[in-house]
Parts: sequence; structure tokens; C-alpha cells
Amino acid sequence: MNKIDLFKPTNQNLILFLIIGISLFSLGIIDFILSSQFQVNLTGFLPKFLSFFTPLLFGTLGLHFIRIENSGIKILDRLNKNINTNNFNAALSISIIILLIFCVPPLLNWFILDANFSGDTKEACTGSGACWVYIKVWFNRFMYGMYPNPEQWRINLTFIIVLLLLVAGLFFPIKLKKYLTFYYIILLPIISFLLIFYLISGGSFGLEWVETGAWGGLSLTFIVSYFCLIFCFPIGMLFALGRRSELPVLKWTSIIFIEFWRGVPLITVLFMSAVMFPMFLPDGTYVDKLIRVIIAITLFEAAYTAEVIRGGLQALPRGQYDAAKSLGMGYWKMHIFVILPQALKLVIPGIANTFLALVKDTPLIFVVGLLELAGMLGLAKTNPQWLGFSMEGYVFAGIIFWIICYSMSKYSQKLELKFKTDR
Amino acid sequence: MKFKKILPQLITLLVIILIFGFFTMNAQVNMDNRGIEFGFGFLSQEASFDIQFSLIDYDGSHSYARAYLVGLLNTLLVAFIGIILATILGVIIGIARLSPNYLINQTASIYIEFFRNIPLLLQIFFWYFAALRALPMPENASLLLGSSYMTIKGLYTPAPVWTNFDIFLGAIIIALILIFFFARFAKKKQEQEGIQYPVFFISLGIFIIIPLITFLIGGVDLSFSFPKLRQLAQSSYTFDGGMGIPPELTALTLALTLYTATFIAENVRAGIQGIGKGQKEAAASIGLTTGQVLKLVVMPQALRIIIPPTTNQYLNLTKNSSLAAAIAYPDLVLVFAGTAMMQTGKAIEIVAITMATYLSISLLISLFMNWYNKSIAIKEK
Repeated sequence: MNKIDLFKPTNQNLILFLIIGISLFSLGIIDFILSSQFQVNLTGFLPKFLSFFTPLLFGTLGLHFIRIENSGIKILDRLNKNINTNNFNAALSISIIILLIFCVPPLLNWFILDANFSGDTKEACTGSGACWVYIKVWFNRFMYGMYPNPEQWRINLTFIIVLLLLVAGLFFPIKLKKYLTFYYIILLPIISFLLIFYLISGGSFGLEWVETGAWGGLSLTFIVSYFCLIFCFPIGMLFALGRRSELPVLKWTSIIFIEFWRGVPLITVLFMSAVMFPMFLPDGTYVDKLIRVIIAITLFEAAYTAEVIRGGLQALPRGQYDAAKSLGMGYWKMHIFVILPQALKLVIPGIANTFLALVKDTPLIFVVGLLELAGMLGLAKTNPQWLGFSMEGYVFAGIIFWIICYSMSKYSQKLELKFKTDR
Repeated sequence: MKFKKILPQLITLLVIILIFGFFTMNAQVNMDNRGIEFGFGFLSQEASFDIQFSLIDYDGSHSYARAYLVGLLNTLLVAFIGIILATILGVIIGIARLSPNYLINQTASIYIEFFRNIPLLLQIFFWYFAALRALPMPENASLLLGSSYMTIKGLYTPAPVWTNFDIFLGAIIIALILIFFFARFAKKKQEQEGIQYPVFFISLGIFIIIPLITFLIGGVDLSFSFPKLRQLAQSSYTFDGGMGIPPELTALTLALTLYTATFIAENVRAGIQGIGKGQKEAAASIGLTTGQVLKLVVMPQALRIIIPPTTNQYLNLTKNSSLAAAIAYPDLVLVFAGTAMMQTGKAIEIVAITMATYLSISLLISLFMNWYNKSIAIKEK
């Protein structure tokens, strides 16, 4: 009979070690589940300090015993390779499993099992979990702000049309392809501005006038980010070119512009647009709050976009410039046909990150009194009839923003792969 | 040809001058109409408002300049704590992201994808209005680690009470100077004679022993004042003594740390991944140990990739700390661009000072960055 070395699990005593390992491992997990969910401490007889760590100890020992190389069992080999390469890794894996057991059930309870879904008053919420009734009742406010309920189809319609126009660019016939940039940079912003002005704002064509102060919720987030997105890109491009220019005045203007906006926090820029900007306008002129905010965010993000595009311009080899010049191209021809198409391809991830930052920055507009999603939450949670549901509100907003931002970042990764050219 | 170069510059200059001229003229007219005078004289006037949380002595009788300083220090405090915590967390998560252990790297990447895709403002709101509001009232708070209390009114921890703190500080400075000279000496020895000293452990020893000596002979003493529950009224309690950390600071630090750490983690990951496998193998093949490979070959190169974007993140964190205004943590924006502006009505001056402050912090950090980048750039021959 072979001598069994307990501290060196081997292939020969595979079954024995498997049984010892798995039972120790399960013992650790069961111990933890019992003490965390049912307040039963199996190892209560041990000193308090030691019994606290027993699940970890048992689990690690268990994993140690099943760490058998080339056992011939596929699942075991894969397990060992992925989470159980040495004792340290095993301990970390166990800690994470314990953490999961600790976190998931309470979260699940709060989100679904103990939560209330039906009803439309505060009294319907009796469980200890989340009160999704609150979200249901306030849903319209969270989406459309104070925009009057019967008029909300106008916002929906505008968004659908703008979305269709955005997608339309993809289906341009080849004959019109060369106008695509023109369409996206000049035509689309004008059309969407007119749409928003006449449809959402109203006041003509028999539509009721809705002042911008009443706009809000998620739709305002979309409107602000949409306009800032389309405007900050061309402005940023101009300043990026300016910063690389050989003409000192242009170069230094661009440098000062970029470094100024990059150096200050957005919140002070918004403060400036709210309290300082009106002082700079002729007496009696009034620029709508929303437009001031859009200008402020656009200039702010344009500086970041400019830096990203400059990175792309710098990354192009000199040969590209020289080749374009040797063909007799002038400054603008060279940039439009040779340099920018290549440089922009390089900076897609950077641009996407800037746009992502922009979307994440929009909640800040609450400092000037515009109530987009986060602002509406603040309003809803101070409503005397619905006190005490701030948790549900912020979790809801967090999920919505997370979905938007996550899908944007995934989409940008896809674009990056699509446009990748080998050099 | 010359004309082609001068014309665009002239036009730009003209446009800039026109815009600025237009704005200044309007501002002058507007201020005249409203009877506001431009000037920074208000800074020495009495501020007459209170600030909840201050690192230096401050009350309503101090000047606006002092209030500005309080706000600035509070901003720097949040930024400082946030940077340290975010770096520690970011490095850990970044390394975990590269772990061969499936559970660990998945947890790390879930953490990163989760926290970086939620607007920071929402996270601050969540911690402040939802999570920290669920804490117990002072009278129901339970002990944490034997001496601290987590309550809805803040975190109360023991405060250190020093006697002869300056002697202790002096000892630390002396220890640092000694370590500096010792490190130089050790490096010289190694370069000239090839003798290696355990620099790290000896330095650590110096750093611990010299300040400890001051406790024995320098008259330095450290004791703690513990927070004690005190009844204010029928159902109102508070804590006396100890150190009270307001929930605004906790929420802000927590959100800034968790958010910025995701970006730092990605930088760390990119930095370590950016080192070619050949480098490690080459280092191993000339007989360096794993520790030496990491310390002498991988880290110096990885840091070159990691540090520039990470400094950018530090800058972002400092600028993002201005979101404090949303939860009424008295930082520069809230104290100065908020309360002080409401009281004085000096919109232009105050917004300009606030922006200039942030701008100078950014420029200082960028200057440092440029200097650092130059000093670590690969010197090609």
C-alpha cells in the first residue's frame, strides 16, 4: 500500500483526495451560509476570531486537496486552471464566492422578491424591498420632466424623426455619398434644431407653447447631449487644426482656448453661463437658459475633443503630409482628403470616450435649475407624499444611465474594430 | 505667399478683439445700470456666514478671503484623500484584472464596467441621499472597531491628541533626510563596489526608530480623545470629543474614489500589458529573480506608460470634487461661487477667481507632468 502524503495530492489517490477536498470545501460554504443567512454558528465552540475565518480556512484546504494535475476529469482540470492555481489564488477565489453568497440574496430580495410592483399609491408598498410603484407613478415625470402630459407625443415624435434621420445617412445611395459629411455636420443639426424648436417648443402650427423650464427628465438629457455632440465635434476639429498650425496667432489662440476649458471644472462653466454670461450681453437681450447651457457644454467638450483629434493628427506619419503636398494639394484639400479621414479613424475610441464623458456630465445642468433625470429625482424625493424612496430613484436612474453608457462604449469598441486599418 | 499667412491671423485677431470688446462694453453698461462696481475690495469685508466644516479657524466675523481659503482647503482635502484611496484601489483592481484567476478578473472587470458607466453626480447622490441616510441616529449607533460610531450625522472616530507634536514632526523630517543620504550612499556603493544593502528594510527601520525615540526622551506623547454620546434635548443626541467626519465628506470621498479607481485600474492594466513578454524573459535569462524582474525591468517601463494618464485622472478627480456643491459639502465652489456670490453679487469677480484657482491647480499639475515626462522619456542615442 502506498503511503499517502496528505499535503501533496496526487493522481494515484484521486478519489480519496476528491472526497476530502469536496467535503471540506462544502463544509466551508455551508458553514458560511448557515452563519450568514440563518444565524447558526457551526463553529461557535472555537474562539470568536477563529470561527470567523473557518469558512475561508475550510474552503482553501478543500481546494488544496483537489488541486491535482492531469486528473483526467475535464471539469476538474478546467477548474484548477482557472480558479485554483495555488493556495493564494484558492483563498482569493473562496473569498469571492463567500462575498457573492453574502451579497446576492439580500440584493435579490430587495430588487425582486420583497419588492412591490402593483398599486399606485405609497400605501401599496408594504414589503421590506424596493417600492417600484414609486418609479411607476413618477415614470412620466422622470422621462419628460414638467412637460404637460397630453403633449408628450411631441417629444416622442421628434426623437423618432431625429433617430430616423440619423440612421438615414447609412442608407445614402452611392451617388450622394460624398455629401454625407455635409449632411451630418450642417444639414442634420439645422433640421433637428428646427424640429425641436417647432415641435417640442411649439407656439406655432396650432401647437401649445411649452417653455424650456418645463422640459426635463431623460428627454432633456438626450436633447442636451445630442446638440452638444453635434456641435462640439466640428469646433473641436477646428481647434485641433489650429493648435497644429504654423501661424502663431492661430496656434496660441487655440492653445489658450483648449487649456482654459480643460483646466476648469464643468460646474464652474455652468455657473458662468448662468450668472456671468447675462452680464456680457447687451441690456435687454435674453438668451434662453437651455441654449446658454448647450453653448457652455459644447465649448467645454470641444476642448477635450480637440485634444483627442490632435492626438490622431500627431500619430500620422510625416510621409502622409509630404505625399499630399507633393501632389500639389493646398492646406484644406490636404486635410479634408488625406489627413483627417485617416486621423479621425485613429481617434474613434478617444472620441467615443469624450462623448461618453459628455453624456455622464449632463446631470450637472441641475446647478442652473434645469431638471433632467437626476434633478427630477431630487424633486420627486422631496414630494411630501412620496418621502423616503430616494434609494429606488437613484437605483433606477443609475440603471438607465448605465445601460446608455455601457452600450455606447460597447458600440465604440465595435467601431474601432471595424475601422481598424493595418499600416 | 506672405499675404496668405498674415490674412487669417489678422482676421482671428480682429474677431477676438471684437468679441472681447463687445463683452467688456456690455458688462460695463450692465454694471453701471445696476450700480455694481468692479473690484476685489469685497475680499477684505466681513463674510458674516458660517461654514459647517472647516480645517482652519473660521466664523462669520472673518473676511471673504478667509472663507475662500476655507473652501480651497476643503477642496484640497477631498482631492488629497480621494487621490490616495483611488490610487490604492485602482492599482489593486488593475492587477486583479490581469489575474489568471477567472473569478478575480471577472469581479474586477464587472466592478470597472459598473462604476465607470454611471455618472459621478448620481453616485454622489446615491451615497449621500440614499445609502448614508439609512444609517442609525446617534443614540442607536453601535460601536465600530471598539471606538468609532457610524451615524446619520457623520462618522465619529477617536481623535489623536499630541503633546510636543513639532518635535515628532522634526524627527520624521530628520529620518527622511537620513534615508535620502543612506540611499545615495548605498547606490554609490553598489555602482562602485557591487555591494548591495537591504535599502528598503534599513530605511524602514530608520523611519520607525527615530520618531519612536522622541516618545522616550523627547517628551512627545500621544493619547486619544474618544467620542462620547451627549443628550442635547429630549430626543436629540450628539457626540462630544473625537473627530467628526461629516457625511458629505464621506459620500463625496466614497463616490470619487470608486469612480476614479476604475480609470486608474484601466491605466495600470494597460501599463503592465504594454510591457513585451520578451522584456521579462530577457531579464529572467540574465539571472534576475522574479522580484528583481518586477522591480528593475517591468515596473520602470510600466510606470512610464501608467503615470501620464493617471496624473490626468488625479486632475479630473480634483476638478470633479467641485460636484461637492450638489450635496452641500463646503468646498470652493459652494462656499465661494455659491454663498459668497449670493451675498456680494460680484458675479464676474467671483467666478473669475474660482476659475483661476482651478486653472492654476491644473496648470501646476501639467507643468509637473511635462517635467516628469521629460525626465523619464527614453533617451535615444
